[in-house]
Amino acid sequence: MRLEPIANPSMARTLVPPAAALVATVVIASLLAMVAGGNPFRVLGLIIEGAVGSRFALLETLNRATPLIFTGLAVAVAFRAKLWNIGAEAQLYAGAVMAVVLGTGALAWPAFALLPTMAAAAMLAGAVILLVPALLKTRLGVDEVVTTLLFNFIFLLFVSYLLEGPMKDPMGMGWPKSPRLIAEARLPRIVDGLRLHWGFGLALIAAGVVWVINTRTTLGYEMRAVGQNAEAARFAGIPVGRVIVKTALLSGGLAALAGFSEVSGLKGSLTLDLSPGFGYSGIIVAMLALLNPLGVVAAALFVAGIFVGADSMSRAVGVPTYLADIMLATALLLMVLAILLTRFRILRE
Amino acid sequence: MTGAEAAQVVLRLDGITKTFGALVANDNVSLALEKGEVIALLGENGAGKTTLMNILFGQYTADAGTVEVFGQRLPPGTPRAALEAGVGMVHQHFTLADNLSVLDNIVLGAERLWSARSDRRGARARVAALAERFRLRVDPDARVGALTVGERQRVEILKALYRDARILILDEPTAVLTPQETDDLFDTLRQAIAQGLSVVFISHKLHEVMSIAHRVLILRHGKLVAERQVARTNPRELASLMVGAEVTAPAVAPSEPGASILHLDAVSTPDRGSAPGLRDVTLDLRAGQIVGLAGVSGNGQAELAALIGGLCVPETGTLRLDGESPSRWTPHEAVQSGIARIPEDRHKTGTIADFTLTENAILECYRDGPFSARGWMNWRAADRFARGVIDSYDVRCPGPGTRIRLLSGGNMQKLILGRVLEPGPRIILANQPVRGLDIGAVNYVHGRLLEARARGAAILLISEDLDEIMRLSDVIHVISEGRLSPGFARGSMGAAELGVWMAGHGFDEETRHAS
Repeated sequence: MRLEPIANPSMARTLVPPAAALVATVVIASLLAMVAGGNPFRVLGLIIEGAVGSRFALLETLNRATPLIFTGLAVAVAFRAKLWNIGAEAQLYAGAVMAVVLGTGALAWPAFALLPTMAAAAMLAGAVILLVPALLKTRLGVDEVVTTLLFNFIFLLFVSYLLEGPMKDPMGMGWPKSPRLIAEARLPRIVDGLRLHWGFGLALIAAGVVWVINTRTTLGYEMRAVGQNAEAARFAGIPVGRVIVKTALLSGGLAALAGFSEVSGLKGSLTLDLSPGFGYSGIIVAMLALLNPLGVVAAALFVAGIFVGADSMSRAVGVPTYLADIMLATALLLMVLAILLTRFRILRE
Repeated sequence: MTGAEAAQVVLRLDGITKTFGALVANDNVSLALEKGEVIALLGENGAGKTTLMNILFGQYTADAGTVEVFGQRLPPGTPRAALEAGVGMVHQHFTLADNLSVLDNIVLGAERLWSARSDRRGARARVAALAERFRLRVDPDARVGALTVGERQRVEILKALYRDARILILDEPTAVLTPQETDDLFDTLRQAIAQGLSVVFISHKLHEVMSIAHRVLILRHGKLVAERQVARTNPRELASLMVGAEVTAPAVAPSEPGASILHLDAVSTPDRGSAPGLRDVTLDLRAGQIVGLAGVSGNGQAELAALIGGLCVPETGTLRLDGESPSRWTPHEAVQSGIARIPEDRHKTGTIADFTLTENAILECYRDGPFSARGWMNWRAADRFARGVIDSYDVRCPGPGTRIRLLSGGNMQKLILGRVLEPGPRIILANQPVRGLDIGAVNYVHGRLLEARARGAAILLISEDLDEIMRLSDVIHVISEGRLSPGFARGSMGAAELGVWMAGHGFDEETRHAS
């Protein structure tokens, strides 16, 4: 078998494989739901209903999508430059820690000054966390997949230490959690009475900003050039190392905003279960979005919908929520295959 | 055709058609090869020569048509059947294991798989006999990794002969050889045909075809367009048949060199793996002069190009631009100082495949006005620049928004040419500027280089094609193992004399004279 690139793929060829991938995902999920003892139509119906079936469900999905947009953007930015940042989880927690450090009374500022400061500090913390692997990569050729992945565990243990020690809430009845943020440090809700905070708005703005950076700035051009052909970029005089470092700062900062937004917008305090793997899910989001920042928003909504829908389905019929993970993994694998089929023709030789 | 003649046909391709998507690589091609005959398949890059031979050898399956060897029809798509029928192929890119000895490489795959005992002594004797018979000098115990390119090719040919090949297919065999090695190869081929073998020789070098082949078949756009007896044709006719139009190479007028612009003074660079660095190289590039660098690839050409292109700095010695030694030396500085760099590999280093023509056109100058200001790109200006290059350098493409991967090699090279020549450079570093291009594109590129010379640019032309070097260069240096020969004025040296230097001789005498 050989793959042959298609010069000018037709409309059908660009649209049919991804659609087929989605259909296949649903079929495979249905089969698994049957194995788990559920009626597949009912299971799928409940997932959809749980994701978008009511105002509450929809807001829940948007809330869940918020951190995924940030981590998805972080991964999309990094992967586009072929910087394999698997450490969005650690960067997210770094942002969260920064939000707690500044937002629990250390700065008694009004909200309009405090919130931007917290966001900026969070971004800085996330950026620094990814700066180290990026420098190790550009200076010493250390593989950033290994360093960023392993640093997730180190940083989570560090957060655990903080929550058991210096950052532990004295009023927390012994639970490992941080004190609550002061009122000025909380992101307000977008509409009064609805459980959707401005973190979601910030995520949409971030997606727009990343899109502008990618398409309109020299940095975006450099990042794409380095990602697609570092050798040609270096030959042409693009400072490859510097571009990778800039990419790392942007990517780490975006992931950290997820932590800031979760703590300041949703939870109000930091616990060890702040992120159920948003950093890793960000990889799925970015891949499904083909690393396009606007696509990240759509992909994050899709992924969040499946998670939220599966939660509510599981409560109703007892099919485990793991179905959501399997659906996403299947969707990702099939989507990668589908994308291959939109760009290549398979020949039997 | 009489019965006696028909019996001599050893290989017959009948109506071979092969398409890749919309591209018709072979269109109803038929040919017959006779015993003891050398036929040359001549055609430009992309004419379908290699595809045809891959079908013959069973690596591709034809959409239509049949292959017959010694009257037996070959099952499609099975290289093993072709091997067993007596077809041996020597690929353009060798298929040898570097870490094994010559003997191991030859025997590899020809032994029976489940035989406990391997008859190495017998194999060695057979290899020695074959080497003797076909004048293929090579040490059977040498590690292939330590051999020269020419020797590796002999191993490939021995490998085919060891498998009792009666038909040899050689795909661009001379592309990597010095003139002497080419002569040796032709000597071997003459031995082979004298002993009843038949040869298919794929090439686009006309004088080689004229000297070794009996019959020339010309492929153009996948079609067999003409067949000529070598005795009854000439290179000029072959060239126009190959291109489909009359071709005229640009004339080279004599030129008067101006002031020295770039000077290397006793420059050395470290070795990189097996590639030698530069050793004590002194080179002068003058305005209005083409300096040609001849040599077998891998002898330091890449290092010299990297040095002048700003990708590395001298370890010892100095690089001077207008008499001054630059404090920083990077690709960016090189471009800023007016050096146009045509890279050796336009796919890997010259362009970014998935970038559009516009994005590729501004790769070296995107930071300068008008293409960007304070970090913001001005795509309108970039598009304008790309359109200008497309128009003035005759880049055939749907538009500046096309991804460059969809362009042919020649058009890609024209875009690179436009990108680097448009700013009016003072120095041009042309590293293999016409490799893999068809004659039309070759003449175009050469014409542009000669124009730049007339304008007063200093040009360094690096090429493995000695004809190209000898035709264009005002001064020729030969590079061998990182050492640079003295400069030879145009016409003062013939190919054979340069070949001696390319093989590494002459340098020693010179040091002896000096001491």
